[in-house]
Amino acid sequence: MTSTTLTAGDISAARRGSPAGRILLILGAYLAFALFLLLPLLVVLSEALKLGLGTFFSALLEADAISALKLTLLAVGISVPLNLVFGVAAAWCVSKYEFRGKSILVTLIDLPFSVSPVIAGLIYVLLFGAQGFFGEVLEKYDIQIIFALPGIVLATIFVTVPFVARELIPLMQEQGSQEEEAARLLGASGWQMFWHVTLPNIKWGLIYGVVLCTARAMGEFGAVSVVSGHIRGYTNTLPLHVEILYNEYNHVAAFSVASLLLGLALIILLLKQWSESRINRLRHTAEEE
Amino acid sequence: MSLSRFLAAALASTLYVGSAAAQTLLNVSYDPTRELYSEFNAAFNKHWQAAGNQPVTIQQSHGGSGKQARAVIDGLRADVVTLALAGDIDELHKLGKLIPEDWQSRLPESSTPYTSTIVFLVRKGNPEGIKDWDDLVKPGVEVITPNPKTSGGARWNFLAAWAYAQQKYGSEEKAQEFVEKLYKNVPVLDTGARGSTITFVNNGIGDVLLAWENEAFLALKEEGGDNFEIVAPSLSILAEPPVAVVDKNVERKGTRELANAYLNYLYSDEGQRIAAKHFYRPRNQEVAAEFAKQFPQLKLVTIDKDFAGWKTAQPKFFNDGGIFDQIYLGE
Repeated sequence: MTSTTLTAGDISAARRGSPAGRILLILGAYLAFALFLLLPLLVVLSEALKLGLGTFFSALLEADAISALKLTLLAVGISVPLNLVFGVAAAWCVSKYEFRGKSILVTLIDLPFSVSPVIAGLIYVLLFGAQGFFGEVLEKYDIQIIFALPGIVLATIFVTVPFVARELIPLMQEQGSQEEEAARLLGASGWQMFWHVTLPNIKWGLIYGVVLCTARAMGEFGAVSVVSGHIRGYTNTLPLHVEILYNEYNHVAAFSVASLLLGLALIILLLKQWSESRINRLRHTAEEE
Repeated sequence: MSLSRFLAAALASTLYVGSAAAQTLLNVSYDPTRELYSEFNAAFNKHWQAAGNQPVTIQQSHGGSGKQARAVIDGLRADVVTLALAGDIDELHKLGKLIPEDWQSRLPESSTPYTSTIVFLVRKGNPEGIKDWDDLVKPGVEVITPNPKTSGGARWNFLAAWAYAQQKYGSEEKAQEFVEKLYKNVPVLDTGARGSTITFVNNGIGDVLLAWENEAFLALKEEGGDNFEIVAPSLSILAEPPVAVVDKNVERKGTRELANAYLNYLYSDEGQRIAAKHFYRPRNQEVAAEFAKQFPQLKLVTIDKDFAGWKTAQPKFFNDGGIFDQIYLGE
């Protein structure tokens, strides 16, 4: 190894690079950020407020907008808890047990990331549509899945399945299973071990996964669009409602509802930042020990 | 709120939606009728209550006509469909067995309470000097029209261009060449008529929009007459968007009487006036006379006389491997 000839000063100089290049890179990053992220956000807000606060709020309080908000929150409220349970179970399986086909399971969890949301929606139409695989049975018992709430929830679940599991698997693999084994040796039951050992360890990663999952579930357009049926005031979620308003020359209302989605997204972003910093702090204390 | 309480509330609210007692009627329609039906629904509700009935909730769904028909076949529980062309409603019989084959003879005027036609919308001052169909195939002219696979208006656009070329150049081969050249000038195919209008009007793409007459007038009204003008070609097609009660769904929901009354009201004087107000050509001669000044006089071909009806035109032009596929995909 020839690196022994380098002094600490050389290394830090090399890391910094030339000052001009560094400033250019940072400026470039800020410019790209302003152009591609900040500017569109400002445009949404300024379009929404173009005709004043009165029109802004009346667009948000209009009956169809309220029902779209309710439907979105309901779909999120059902799909995120289910994905949480599934994510924890899947991460537990993958990180604590050795079994055949484990790598297939891990790959399958990622499937929704690689499948286009439109395909995800069509899958449910082919399964539960009147002409679909279960069409006749559902028809017989007069159960409606697609073009109704269950379809919207199913499509949302499909698209957001990987978020919690993906976040937990590396975390739980890193932690290993010694602590759980110790708990069992000291006489803890399975549930006691989970509540008092596993859950505290993965808490912040879990919150982070749930936050990401919620953000994606709220904003989902493609898959939900296929199974929604677009009945105004009944099966339109917020993103679909934005499109409808825009298509009806109702630009101010469209951007007002869009900024409502934006506001929800910002809240979620703050939650994400907060849980992320908690994870990092945990990692640091773990390393110091 | 605890998780279990939230779930209980969520469950309760879905059950509540399921057991809502008042009658509801779902009208699955095509793209440009949004404004028409939001006014018509309010008027019908008044009329319905004046006849001593309970108020009804009328739900609307809009999208490309072919796509909407597909959704009803897949289980969207429309009580009535009000689509862009008879061919799409025929599919409800063929693929879904939701209506009888002779559905179109059940209401007056081949179940078509209002008509329209296809016109051009160009930018103010008509910078490309577009006067007729021939100007659309000139190199460098960008034409905006939706996808005939999903949109009903797009199919009327296609057939209007075809009828013009066939009359002017005398043969089907020449017509196919003409339409092929026209579609070479189309930079983007949206799924529905409203999508194409937004592409042309708001996003500023293209030199000319092939549009439903009503859609073109609406764009002028909404966006102000300062930026666009309508050009009527020398020949166009009588666009007939029909309506039908979806038998299987109204029987399940017990809404047949309501659905029939709803569609019949489209033929009433008030229904016809509302249609005309939203730039559809009324069938009723008296109402048509009241609004005569509003519509340009055009030479119109019809689907039944010039194309032997949708049952022939749909497979010939628009099904997989049909003429549209041949010219657009180069198959």
